[in-house]
Amino acid sequence: MLEAAGLDCVRQGRVLFRALGFTLARGERLRIAGANGSGKTSLLRILCGLLSPDAGEVRWQGQKIESLREEYARHLLYLGHAPGVKDDLTPVENLEVACRLVGISFAGKILEDALAQLGVPDDVPVRKLSQGQRRRAALARLVVSEQVPLWLLDEPYAALDAQAAATVDALITAHAARGGAVIFTTHQETGAAAARVIELHA
Amino acid sequence: MLDAALCVVQRDLLLAWRRRGDVATALLFFVIVASLFPLGIGFEPNLLRAIAPGVIWVAALLSSMLSLARLFAADHADGTLEQMLLGASPLGVIATAKAAAHWIVSGLPLALIAPLIALQYDVPAALYPVLALSLLLGTPVLSLIGAIGAALTLGVRGGGILLSLLVLPLYVPVLILGAGSVDMASAGMGGEGQLLLLAALLVGSCAFAPWAIAAALRISME
Repeated sequence: MLEAAGLDCVRQGRVLFRALGFTLARGERLRIAGANGSGKTSLLRILCGLLSPDAGEVRWQGQKIESLREEYARHLLYLGHAPGVKDDLTPVENLEVACRLVGISFAGKILEDALAQLGVPDDVPVRKLSQGQRRRAALARLVVSEQVPLWLLDEPYAALDAQAAATVDALITAHAARGGAVIFTTHQETGAAAARVIELHA
Repeated sequence: MLDAALCVVQRDLLLAWRRRGDVATALLFFVIVASLFPLGIGFEPNLLRAIAPGVIWVAALLSSMLSLARLFAADHADGTLEQMLLGASPLGVIATAKAAAHWIVSGLPLALIAPLIALQYDVPAALYPVLALSLLLGTPVLSLIGAIGAALTLGVRGGGILLSLLVLPLYVPVLILGAGSVDMASAGMGGEGQLLLLAALLVGSCAFAPWAIAAALRISME
């Protein structure tokens, strides 16, 4: 469902990758590996449309993502390098904002349950949480995004303990089993097993 | 789409409430700057009455500038701005919601306390409604134009100063019309002409600013 063709990325005069292309089908998990600064985050930002590639194009179900824009955003969950949670809001408020922005409906106690699944207290301002708990509060978006077909996750395992990493693993595997597609970056060898790997060498 | 906009307004108001110290700072800045002039110039009632509209309006411009630098920068730093760019509603709608929340927090209170400041300048009570109305119509324009500047200078080092240099010249028409309306009313000619032009500016910026803010945000986020 996602196709990248001939992607070039040059940042500050450095060539990060040239003529990168791949296709991603339903149920696939793609891991983007590479050292720090090899362009993993840039590639993800290109794939979600935040950054335009220096050449090449990204197509979602056959159509260029620039022409789809909000339509594409509806099919996409992007979890960036910054966790995307507000320090002065509680995790549940943060999650509610994230859902309303992309139009995910949340009835009953879905949000509280999602946070409980990742073991985050839901009524303490994020400011008072540890780095790992903040990360988990951001990752709770995965739980409520079952209906969103494409997940783009930047370093989902960063700052997580073994138990939380296993939870994330399970979420990614379950999503692929449902017919969703997941692209994630890691610089370690951890992460959902049996995934296809793209290595970036800057 | 409207729910996303409403959500952004609610979120920003909630954040402003949780950090009400910041909001109070901008308001106090307005009150103090406007109060310094009578102290510095001395109490010559005719002079004070003459400069009141201009001084109050300049203080309002500066105070609305104060909080502009944070408008997108905070969301940029913690990644929530990326979420808004990748939201299911057009970025222009989200940008307008951000500007609206900025106005409710930093513009609306100015219009409400301006008559209190006018008291220090011995402005006749009959002019209070004109002053408040001119601020009610003018400050949303300041928030919308300011948001364009804030989006353009996002992530630029020394962006705060650059933002002022960029935005203050664009505020000039609002300043002239806003202060002018009160001047005309005090001269007994009614300020309706200026107020109508201010309203036209507001309608115009509501129509064009959202797209400019959205385009600026996309460039800055690259």
